Amino acid sequence: MPAELDLAPLWLSLQLASVTTALLLLFATPLAWWLANTRARGRAFIEALVALPLVLPPTVLGFYLLLVLGPHGALGAPWLQLTDTTLTFTFTGLVIASLLYSLPFVVQPLQNAFESLDRKPLEAAWCLRASPLDSFFSVVLPQAMRGYLTAAVLGFTHTLGEFGVVLMVGGNIPGETRVISIAIYDHVETLDYASAHWLAGLLLVFTFVVLLGVYTLNRQVRVRVL
Amino acid sequence: MTRLIAQCDLKRPDFRLHARLDIHTQGITAIFGRSGSGKTTLLRCLAGLERNAAGLISVNGSVWQESSKGIFIPVHQRAVGMVFQQPCLFPHMTVRANLNYGLIRTPLAERHMPWDQVIEILGIGALLERYPQHLSLGEQQRVSIGRAVLSNPCLLLMDEPLASLDAQRKDEILPFIKRLNRDMNIPVMYVSHSVEEIVQLADTLVLVHEGEAIVTGPIHEIFSRLGMEEYFGEVAGAVIDAQVIAHEAEFDLTCLEFYGRRLYVPRHPLNIGDAVRVHILSRNVGLSLAPPQVPTSVLNIIEAYVVEIGATVLGKPAVEVKLDAGCPMLATITRKSLHALALSPGQRVYASIKAASLQS
Repeated sequence: MPAELDLAPLWLSLQLASVTTALLLLFATPLAWWLANTRARGRAFIEALVALPLVLPPTVLGFYLLLVLGPHGALGAPWLQLTDTTLTFTFTGLVIASLLYSLPFVVQPLQNAFESLDRKPLEAAWCLRASPLDSFFSVVLPQAMRGYLTAAVLGFTHTLGEFGVVLMVGGNIPGETRVISIAIYDHVETLDYASAHWLAGLLLVFTFVVLLGVYTLNRQVRVRVL
Repeated sequence: MTRLIAQCDLKRPDFRLHARLDIHTQGITAIFGRSGSGKTTLLRCLAGLERNAAGLISVNGSVWQESSKGIFIPVHQRAVGMVFQQPCLFPHMTVRANLNYGLIRTPLAERHMPWDQVIEILGIGALLERYPQHLSLGEQQRVSIGRAVLSNPCLLLMDEPLASLDAQRKDEILPFIKRLNRDMNIPVMYVSHSVEEIVQLADTLVLVHEGEAIVTGPIHEIFSRLGMEEYFGEVAGAVIDAQVIAHEAEFDLTCLEFYGRRLYVPRHPLNIGDAVRVHILSRNVGLSLAPPQVPTSVLNIIEAYVVEIGATVLGKPAVEVKLDAGCPMLATITRKSLHALALSPGQRVYASIKAASLQS
């Protein structure tokens, strides 16, 4: 390992991925539940919207985010007024961008998990005096654990590998927005291949170990991932 | 005694429920009808599982639904227990946790079901620490019945709880349901299309046909009512509550008594003094004007009076005769016999019933 290798981008990436995954699991749960249960006409529209980051070039998503989060943007302007800081080129801005970027990777496994659940035990729970919220936590959640594991792993690893969107809205500010993928790009640009090797290798090994862990678990308790 | 008023309306593209009920339920009320008649939907309306149903539901004066005033008490706030066709146990919980699920959500003041006794009646004491997937279907269904009972409902709804079980398991569970109802004193609404189950369990019968509750009354009375072939087919006749008075082991027969009359049935494993229910099909009842003077192979000759003679249908050789044999009873005879005997209401007759035809 080169003596001057800066591991800060790795920690920043892990931090970003953790915060994003945690927030996404929280927000995506009601959204996925709604999508799995609604018969409303708007459902297809919302589903398409959620899936958009799957296929959209990250630079396109990043470009629009830059506009929205910028000091004159719909989100950026009020944020500037409230906090006296900008959203672009900050960690907070990156979190917001990552939430959108990784949304489908969390919503879809959850929605699949909810849709594949047998509805009868849920009705049984209602008939046993459990409120809808109560029955969600006591009956749905424990049975959708596989879906949650898939969602968390996909959301986390996908955020970890984020590059295009970060480049557009976060730039390359050490300790703030300089995540691992940006750092690797940077090292390659300056022909510092040794550092690039170390960071890329670390990311490769880490991601592989996570997936290996999930697939091993998958075998043992038949958790379905991917 | 629980008074249940229900007026349920629900429209679906291919089906319409328009049921009106006002019954004092005590014991087991069977909701009986063909498949597709709307029995299950009616039950789901009572539970509150059909959010789109309109109408009025009140149990012992407490209103669960009154659509005209915009009242709809959600399922979890109705003191209702539901047993589904499938056991629907929570797979991630042990049997004990399943049983306690409703109980711990019941307000302390309403917890009056004796836990140990319910477990004992259902015979599930040995299963408590196991998970549902390691139980047989019959065991699972018993646990699901216990789970519903322990949530202390003031009305227990059962939606064909035995339909997914084989005959042996059914016989295993039927007595539990009877005992639960008798010992725990919970009114039960029991949906079924199985005549055997209903004859064994029901006190009151609600007949559902094309989304409407067309007849409601005591099972003894409805099973021996004239002109119900359309709904009961060949199973109309009599449902008699009798008592075991003797066993004749050498002939493998059991002697029962009802309203001072005796009835031989194939040997029954019950003890002397036990109550037993007998279902007599009207086509197994023959009539004569005097008790037979010569020996006959028919063991059961019962004195009865003609109450009413059913309508004659051209093209059908048979006619129904309603009798009073202490309890109401139906006999199906040919129109030729009716003519030969010249039966008329009030007349004394002797009904012969072949013992071998009886199941109890």
